[in-house]
Amino acid sequence: MAISTLRALLAKDLRILARSPALAGLLIVYPIAIALLIGLALSSSPALPRVAFLNEIPPDQAVIRLGSESIDTTRYERELFQAIQPVPVSSLAQAKADVRNGTTIAALIIPPQLPDELASASETAYVDVIYNGNAVNQSLVENAIESKLAEANAKLAAQLSRVADSYIDLLLRGGNLDFLGSSYKILGLDKASTLLAAIAAHLPSSSPVRAQIEQVDQFARIAVQHLGSSKQVIGAVAAPIGVNQEVLSGRRTPLNDYAVAVAVAVSLMFVCILLASGMLALEREEGTLARLRRGLVSAELLLAEKAILAALVGAGVAFAMLAGIGVLVPLGWGRAVLWLVAIVAGGACFATLGVAMGALVRDVRAASLLALFVSLPLVFLALVPSAAVSGGLFDVIRVVSALFPFKPALEAIDAAVNQSQPGLLESLGHLAALIAGFGVIARLALRPTSS
Amino acid sequence: MTQLEAKGLTKQFGARVAVHDVSFTLAAGEVLAIIGPNGAGKTTLLSMLAGGLQPSAGELRAPSERGIGWVPQQTAVYSKLSVAENLRLFARLERVADLDAAVARMLTQTGLAERSGDPVGRLSGGNRQRVNIAIGLIGDPAVLLLDEPGSSLDPRQRARLWEFINARVKAGTSVAFTTHDIAEAERYANRLLVLADGEMLFAGPPAGLRSAEHDDDLERAFVAFLAEHGH
Repeated sequence: MAISTLRALLAKDLRILARSPALAGLLIVYPIAIALLIGLALSSSPALPRVAFLNEIPPDQAVIRLGSESIDTTRYERELFQAIQPVPVSSLAQAKADVRNGTTIAALIIPPQLPDELASASETAYVDVIYNGNAVNQSLVENAIESKLAEANAKLAAQLSRVADSYIDLLLRGGNLDFLGSSYKILGLDKASTLLAAIAAHLPSSSPVRAQIEQVDQFARIAVQHLGSSKQVIGAVAAPIGVNQEVLSGRRTPLNDYAVAVAVAVSLMFVCILLASGMLALEREEGTLARLRRGLVSAELLLAEKAILAALVGAGVAFAMLAGIGVLVPLGWGRAVLWLVAIVAGGACFATLGVAMGALVRDVRAASLLALFVSLPLVFLALVPSAAVSGGLFDVIRVVSALFPFKPALEAIDAAVNQSQPGLLESLGHLAALIAGFGVIARLALRPTSS
Repeated sequence: MTQLEAKGLTKQFGARVAVHDVSFTLAAGEVLAIIGPNGAGKTTLLSMLAGGLQPSAGELRAPSERGIGWVPQQTAVYSKLSVAENLRLFARLERVADLDAAVARMLTQTGLAERSGDPVGRLSGGNRQRVNIAIGLIGDPAVLLLDEPGSSLDPRQRARLWEFINARVKAGTSVAFTTHDIAEAERYANRLLVLADGEMLFAGPPAGLRSAEHDDDLERAFVAFLAEHGH
């Protein structure tokens, strides 16, 4: 009997929804629009900042020779172009004019003396950057250029380190040194030590020359030992600090994947809470609540019907949205059943909160306002990172977030979509407890009052 | 034959007593008008009779087979649904055996057959009230309760409404209705029940109230009666 009543009420509410063109349209357009926005945002690279580019290095000096190593400056130029969209200009004046009139947000000038400064290996080489004074643009270009320069510096340091290595090897073991078009034969400290030892052996032990030769030989041996270890020191200076990464407490979600879970959870929340609270408030607004409650429909069945309606519609919207994002962004379709479980559980919890709100207010507008006032802070609270606030405040935020459905629903969706921690079962248990709690509140709020 | 019997019905909202110790019976085919000043407890009493409010004390004996039909003061219908859809939904919730026949009967009786497909939100106030009453009657109840049924209707619509209700009364339906319109009570009710501050001050035919105050005008007699009782 209850099932047939439930079916009749669900059919009635779906008919009412279908006859509210704005709402029905929104429920169809919303997931498509959000899925497209998020999918395109996550699947396409961000637009690169347009930067005027002037390379003043003569083409024949683009490759610098340092010992046996050659440094191609155009290679670093190409790497830099991965971070910016270069707009070639022919002069410094044009570069400045482009920045001033907004054609480009900055200008990057490679000065002609850069190869000489690099080749000298003794002084820092500089590139010039001109900004238009806009803080946001400046920050954007600064970040892009500085990160690429840091990479270039690291690679250059590694090349210079290899050049230094080759010179040290030459000093130690000898060989040919090509310099300014001429080739010089270098003896090397190893061979010098051997030669000095042989000479000293032919001199009488009382000879003062022998003592001096032995001193020079000893210096050569010490030099050989310490120059050998200096190569490691130079290598370490080229890359002084590296990063070893370790992730504690299970798998963490990459930011892009987490953004998908957040977008789905937020959409699910708004659809479910607004629909559940609005449809229950509509019964009161139309006067039908009192008619239904006089023995035709029990309070529990009425609340369950609104929650089921909102959860199903919300889950449909959220799943469509996730599937839409999945077309544009790689998602694990093999886990689609788990997505559905998480979305339905989250939707049921949001919907139960929604009917509790709808039972407390007298009309649809008040229900919508209450839903917004409660929902938005919950989203912000659930997304506050622990490092952003003091420990005590974060504990309070954690408790408040745990008392409302957004955080556990987000965790459930994140676990289903991205296999993150805490696991899906833990989040489902949390949601079930909240459904029971909000169900009791909704039932108490729907008690008849003074007429 | 008694269709409805109330014994010592009382309703309290916190410390406030809305209805206190009201007892009366309603016979088959009888029309009872519940009158009284604003805040007398008329709607609360009707809501208890309809089953929408649980009495704080007292007993209510209502017909078990054919139940009670209730028509609230504000139209309680789904404005996005059509006339027929509203009737069909409530017929189903009232567990009416033959849904199609019940809907067709009510459409004929209310004269809304031609507008059965129209959304209720597009109907005039009078027609909406007819749908409101038709929903109250869809389960063919033994007792029909109406809360100020004519308050939002013009005189012509009100006359047509009572024509419709009287047809049901002739078929044996008992009717209890609240009203502020003493002329309406006098014209259509067999019996009056006067409430003030939740207390039942009078129960009897309109002639009884007139003779009690020695005034042929019922409205004047009613006002004098209330004044005598400190209201």
